[in-house]
Amino acid sequence: MAVLKTSSAKTGGRTTRRAAEGIAAANEAGLEARPLITPPERPEIEGRPLDASNIGEVERPLSPWERLINISGVRRLLILVALAVAWQAYGTYVDNPLMFPTFVETMTALGTSILDGELPARALSSLYVLLIGYVIGIALAALLTSIAVSSRIGTDILSTLTSMFNPLPAIALLPLALLWFGLGIPSLVFVLVHSVLWPVSLNTHSGFLAVSETLRMAGRNYGLRGLNYVTRILVPAAFPSILSGLKIGWAFAWRTLIAAELVFGVSSSSGGIGWYIFENRNQLEIANVFAGLLAVILIGLFVESVVFRTVERHTVYKWGMQR
Amino acid sequence: MGRVANLYASAVGGKSRAQADTSGREAVERGTKPLLEVDGVTLQYKTKESLVTATYRVSFNVYQGDRYILLGPSGCGKSTLLKGVAGFLKPVEGDIRLNDRHIDGPGPDRMMVFQEFDQLLPWKTVRQNVLFPMKTCGKRECEDKADAVIEKVGLSKFANSYPHMLSGGMKQRVAIARAMAMEPDILLMDEPYAALDALTRRRMQDELLMLWDDIRFTVMFVTHSIQEAIIVGNRILVLSPHPGQVRAELNSDAHNRENVKDSSFADLEARINDMLFAEHAVVGAQGE
Repeated sequence: MAVLKTSSAKTGGRTTRRAAEGIAAANEAGLEARPLITPPERPEIEGRPLDASNIGEVERPLSPWERLINISGVRRLLILVALAVAWQAYGTYVDNPLMFPTFVETMTALGTSILDGELPARALSSLYVLLIGYVIGIALAALLTSIAVSSRIGTDILSTLTSMFNPLPAIALLPLALLWFGLGIPSLVFVLVHSVLWPVSLNTHSGFLAVSETLRMAGRNYGLRGLNYVTRILVPAAFPSILSGLKIGWAFAWRTLIAAELVFGVSSSSGGIGWYIFENRNQLEIANVFAGLLAVILIGLFVESVVFRTVERHTVYKWGMQR
Repeated sequence: MGRVANLYASAVGGKSRAQADTSGREAVERGTKPLLEVDGVTLQYKTKESLVTATYRVSFNVYQGDRYILLGPSGCGKSTLLKGVAGFLKPVEGDIRLNDRHIDGPGPDRMMVFQEFDQLLPWKTVRQNVLFPMKTCGKRECEDKADAVIEKVGLSKFANSYPHMLSGGMKQRVAIARAMAMEPDILLMDEPYAALDALTRRRMQDELLMLWDDIRFTVMFVTHSIQEAIIVGNRILVLSPHPGQVRAELNSDAHNRENVKDSSFADLEARINDMLFAEHAVVGAQGE
């Protein structure tokens, strides 16, 4: 402290008065009278901030290593590198390309498959089917939640249907779908719609319910009604929930699609990645099986960390709805 | 609407929006006829367990240019009354008329400023928030208006910020700007400063009064602070609780921040205090 100014506090303040009243009140309430604790009297202190210029290091830039490790992408990359090294080491140790190809062998197989155009074609055909199912599923979810927000019976319909069908694995419907729609894209689309519809509508609906009353009133104060009100107030306000529904729906759909393709795969001309994996296993091209699995993972990672991440950055993060 | 339009006279090239189409509107402008008539209004709302009567046969008139305060302890139905005027709640008895028109639903002619900070749309910037409800004007005209009000509340620097980057006081300023930009017939404020810290609240009260001096809008202001009521308002409706009924309607135009320490101010404060608390002996209902 640079300058200290002291003065004695006034006596007979609130504390002392309180003490006297307190004892009286305690007696009145029939409680055992205890000596009440009184804080000691202290001189008043007034100070001025010191000149801080010679304190020394107030702010120090982080070292390049510290800055690098602060990037979450770098940390994740390190994990991936560690996994690859472990894989390669174990593969070399086992030395059985039929059961467990090494990382290098898998990458070579992946490279060849990508270069000769087979894997990209398979991936595209998978993604094409996926997109159809995803879009139809979202459209149906939008319809269902619109009905649910506009009426009480609609809410009951939605919650009953979701609690019935959400736990039902989409792949379990595949035999039925094959019976109804035959071998081909329609059956795949059917199971995809089933896997997307329920999680998306469940999340969207709970997102709508969580929109604050103030925001709703503000929207109605503008004179917004009906569909305008839903699209301009409810949907953006519930966007964090809707987005997480879309993410879950995507993951469910991707999983379901690969599994469904493994079961029958060949739709008209070319099968998808699931069928590629199944084919290569039959031909004992295990490195290719690994490459196919890796492709499934990579596409999943890409959609999750590039597509959805970009959408999030431009919406919920920018709006401060999510950190 | 006409008075508020003065604010933009320079910004939008002196275009007058006052279209005094009826003699009723003219009478309102002259102050011989109330702008808002609340006539024997009983408001009820349902909770999960019971039907609550918030106000019982409340009548009062608000004239153009009034800073009309609804004051009372919690549970006197003052916020419910404001929601009734805003159109969120239909009276079970009585009638609410604005400019001789019966109110039957929320609308942008009665813009509301809420207590909560989350009334702004988080996905829009300050400027977009102000622009969002504006539909009646051309794009350029709207933008000029929006910029004019944003400047009025001193937030020009933050026009492109999102609400989550602003402090509580700034968010309330945006809400006020948004309401003003709509040039409502009456501005409704539901304890707009109750969630602010004491220093910010005081500044916001002064700013509101300066804004009023500038544009002379009509405002209905709900508060549970007697001091705020006397400083901000020119007329105070004192409501008694359970259910809310009119206890008194007082003038407070003579009092402002400068004469807080005068005895007349203290007298009025004590008078209202007695009305609210002495006879009911409601302890701890006053929030301040």
